[in-house]
Amino acid sequence: MADYAGRLPVATPESQPYWDGLKEHKLMLPTCDDCGPHFYPRPFCPMPKCFNWDIKWMEASGKGKVHTFVISHQPIPPYNTEDNAPPYVIAVIELEEGVRMMSNLIIDDPYSTTVDMDVEIVYDDVTDEVTLPKFKPV
Amino acid sequence: MDQIRHKVAIVGAAETDDLGQLPHMSRLALHAQSAKNALDDAGMSLADVDGLLCAGAIPNEVAEYLGIQPRYIDGTSVGGCSFMIHVRHAVAAIMAGYCDVALVTHGESGRSGVDAPRGGSASSPGGQYEAPFAIGGAPTTFSIPVLRHFHEYGTTKEHLAHIAAATRAWANLNPMAMMGSHRRAPERGGGPITPQDVLNSRMICYPFNLLDCCVVADGGGALVLVSEERAKDYAKDPVYVLGAGEAAAHWMVSQMRDHTTADGYRIAGEAAYKSAGLGPQDIDHCMFYDAFTFTPLMAAEDLGFVPKGEGGPFFAETKTGPDGEVIYKSGPGGDFPMNTNGGGLSYCHTGMYGMFAIIESVRQLRGECGDRQVPNVNVSMAHGPGGMFASAGTLILSNA
Repeated sequence: MADYAGRLPVATPESQPYWDGLKEHKLMLPTCDDCGPHFYPRPFCPMPKCFNWDIKWMEASGKGKVHTFVISHQPIPPYNTEDNAPPYVIAVIELEEGVRMMSNLIIDDPYSTTVDMDVEIVYDDVTDEVTLPKFKPV
Repeated sequence: MDQIRHKVAIVGAAETDDLGQLPHMSRLALHAQSAKNALDDAGMSLADVDGLLCAGAIPNEVAEYLGIQPRYIDGTSVGGCSFMIHVRHAVAAIMAGYCDVALVTHGESGRSGVDAPRGGSASSPGGQYEAPFAIGGAPTTFSIPVLRHFHEYGTTKEHLAHIAAATRAWANLNPMAMMGSHRRAPERGGGPITPQDVLNSRMICYPFNLLDCCVVADGGGALVLVSEERAKDYAKDPVYVLGAGEAAAHWMVSQMRDHTTADGYRIAGEAAYKSAGLGPQDIDHCMFYDAFTFTPLMAAEDLGFVPKGEGGPFFAETKTGPDGEVIYKSGPGGDFPMNTNGGGLSYCHTGMYGMFAIIESVRQLRGECGDRQVPNVNVSMAHGPGGMFASAGTLILSNA
């Protein structure tokens, strides 16, 4: 795991709870009492008429749907080895909570992916420090 | 809201001497050569310039490199449509008296990478929420909205392939076009292509095959703008700015509000139409930024040329010419002439292509386009996105 070749995120103070949650295999979303959760983490509610800075964190169900996707045939790390070769799926997942996030879909045949397919989260511990939220078909 | 209509004109427009693979030229040298060529086109000297607008460079970098000290600067750098936005800002600056002669420059070593910084911070939103999922530049991100559009409206890869074939047909009439018959032999992929060739080409990132994607090039381009009062004092016929719009809709493609509609296109387009007092029915010629085949389809829909969701069948409509040849909707002889330089798909794409779209609008309006000249072009639209449908800039230009 030490020689993970993909690009790694570096948290900011505002996003640290999100990445800490993933490390504990929890998908945490920032949420506003009036407007509900948002993605990606910001220390305020990004609804222009709200802009409330009293943000709480909630644990998401980890269930969602493929909103849209592509099938990359490019050997982009970490999909650049014999064991982990392209094609692979990059998807925008719409979570049950109504927010959307980019991820990868872990699926045997990328071309069996469909828009609106039901998926659930898979916690991919790519290094000792970083866990990425990925998804698989239900 | 017609304050800007016909107040400022483009009097110079040109690319670098060559486009394509230019490893002997750096990013800033491409800016400078473009500036030289656009000023020559206008019959002006660098000493006349007192406003400088550029993207992909800090205005001070370009000013120092050129050896000028402009009194108006704008470094809006939001991707390929930055130059449409620069023209809009130059109109306002000239009207306000902030400058008299505005120079807009683009230079990018997009292929050779000579002084071409790449990659963002791992702590930026893109670095945290998109980059870790093995996105690899525009083919893996500009493609993200497409399958949602297919799903909701029945758009197909065959529809998109017609746009590539039509655009290549224009490239074959442009001696500067990288993939046109003049510059590239058929055994190296140049010259005419059919929609089936597009579908048969190598898969890059589904739903985009190789021929759904733009070329990757080094090059640059520049524009010179002055007030309407001075517009006839220069070498070429002026091209007036009738309307202009801009918008910032999102930054990361995963956060696009609706993956089937570019909000930025709508906001920028509405402002451009309103300031010009015109609508889609008044536009004779369109330059719609085509980083990929899908990009101009979204423009045709969101700028009101075709109802939402009907762009696919619209562009896939063909007719047969007098010699039995296929005439594509947006190709030579078609009734929706678009991307007549050969587009980002087949002419040139440095990374921020919008400059070249504006240059072609100017040339069509001046009647300088030779074999590819569209008859009776009096009003042209140059429109593009920045990032992945993230920002947008729209210009409505006229020769009268």
